[in-house]
Amino acid sequence: MATIADFFHWLAAKRGYNFSIFYDRFDGTQFLYGIWTTIHLSFFCVLLSVLFGAIGVWLQRSSFEPLRWLVGAYVGFFRNTPPLVQLYFFYFAVDPVLSSALGVKGGLLSNYGWALLVLSLYAGAFNTEIFRSGIEAVPKSTCEAAEALGYTPLQIFRHVTFPLAFRVSFPAMTSNLVNLIKTTTTAYAISVAETLYVANRIWSDQFNVFEMMNVVWVVYLVLVGLFLAFMTRWEKALRVPGFGRSK
Amino acid sequence: MKTWTPSEPIISISNVHKAYGSFQVLKGVSLDVKKGEVVCIIGPSGSGKSTLIRCINGLNDIQSGSIRVEGMEVNDPKLDKLALRKNVGIVFQQFNLFPHKTVLENVMMAPVIVLKQARTEVEQRARALIAKVRLEGKENAYPGELSGGQQQRVAIARCLAMAPDIMLFDEVTSALDPETVNEVLSTIKDLAQEGMTCILVTHEMGFAREVADHIYFTDKGVIVEHGPPDVFFANPKDPRTREFLGKVL
Repeated sequence: MATIADFFHWLAAKRGYNFSIFYDRFDGTQFLYGIWTTIHLSFFCVLLSVLFGAIGVWLQRSSFEPLRWLVGAYVGFFRNTPPLVQLYFFYFAVDPVLSSALGVKGGLLSNYGWALLVLSLYAGAFNTEIFRSGIEAVPKSTCEAAEALGYTPLQIFRHVTFPLAFRVSFPAMTSNLVNLIKTTTTAYAISVAETLYVANRIWSDQFNVFEMMNVVWVVYLVLVGLFLAFMTRWEKALRVPGFGRSK
Repeated sequence: MKTWTPSEPIISISNVHKAYGSFQVLKGVSLDVKKGEVVCIIGPSGSGKSTLIRCINGLNDIQSGSIRVEGMEVNDPKLDKLALRKNVGIVFQQFNLFPHKTVLENVMMAPVIVLKQARTEVEQRARALIAKVRLEGKENAYPGELSGGQQQRVAIARCLAMAPDIMLFDEVTSALDPETVNEVLSTIKDLAQEGMTCILVTHEMGFAREVADHIYFTDKGVIVEHGPPDVFFANPKDPRTREFLGKVL
């Protein structure tokens, strides 16, 4: 470890490239903390957004019209506004109003909590539409064959509609989740100490904007790359010969 | 509920009316099928043949009239649909297999999931059925890897796995190329010869003549004429029947 720190010390002193995170313990720890925050914020946002998408598409298919209307309003609200505006709106407008109305001191949720909720709702709106496209791609006749064999509606959903719709939705869902992981950087705006926020703090101290920008770039390249590697393997495992692309 | 005895018609359809919106598809159709009988329904497109057999296992509902299958009133809202569907299998024009499941799984799924039978016992039966439709060796293939004729035979095996008393065939060879039509027809012929009650909607006149005990000719939502195949084909009485047969034979 000492040799790595020595090298970056030398690089900063002699060549003027100041990667302080590799030799300054404080900056290094801070930056690792930022990456770790990005990782768990992304992880929980991905799970929650898929859950919101599933609930959204389920309510959307309800025979009770107000529920379908509600899902339409939700999708419209979160799809038609920028995520940064949504974060500000919930953190600076919704939270103070609600917490004073409910008599809660110090806000309803932490900044991390709002980022998690709002970004999940944001990507969940897209997931709702993505899952809908998947469900609509399952031929009615295939479900009818199951119905004719005596399957209940729930059994049809579990054994026929869901597995097929999930495969159809998968590529679009993956793209949306990649977008979500990248959008966690907007949590910076409400002071969630994720990668970009921490990088900003470091370059404000060290004046090494160029170096930190490169580091942030690489961090996201690697994080999203790992996520995509995982999703690609999963998609391959789901692949069925003769269904969709066969090879 | 009145219990059904095998001496009565296994399927009894009387004065059935069915409309899609303002379009009347069935305008008072009546027919009886006895146990073990093979019945073919022929007629021009849009005459209501497919609608009629889909009504028999409750995939389509009817506006008025009555359909009784083994004593069960199909249109009764209190009907136990599983009891009906366990006994009435239907094979479709487009096969409608589950594309994400292997041949073996396609055949096994319904008994395991719907009837909650033991997997090991079902698997034995499924393998025997796959052999019966002459698809040994294809157990682990996916539907997308099979030809149309092979897929249709899997669809037949999938129905038979439920051990139905009645099989409905809805234009099952219409989506197949001419060479594979025969492999499906011979499977159906085996079933008919084993005494399975079959109703076929078909355009295969030669096949209908060969296997059917009774032929029904439908046009514009009514049964125009019916009779045993030798009488029906040799001496059609109604001008519409004669016109239709003149075109297709």
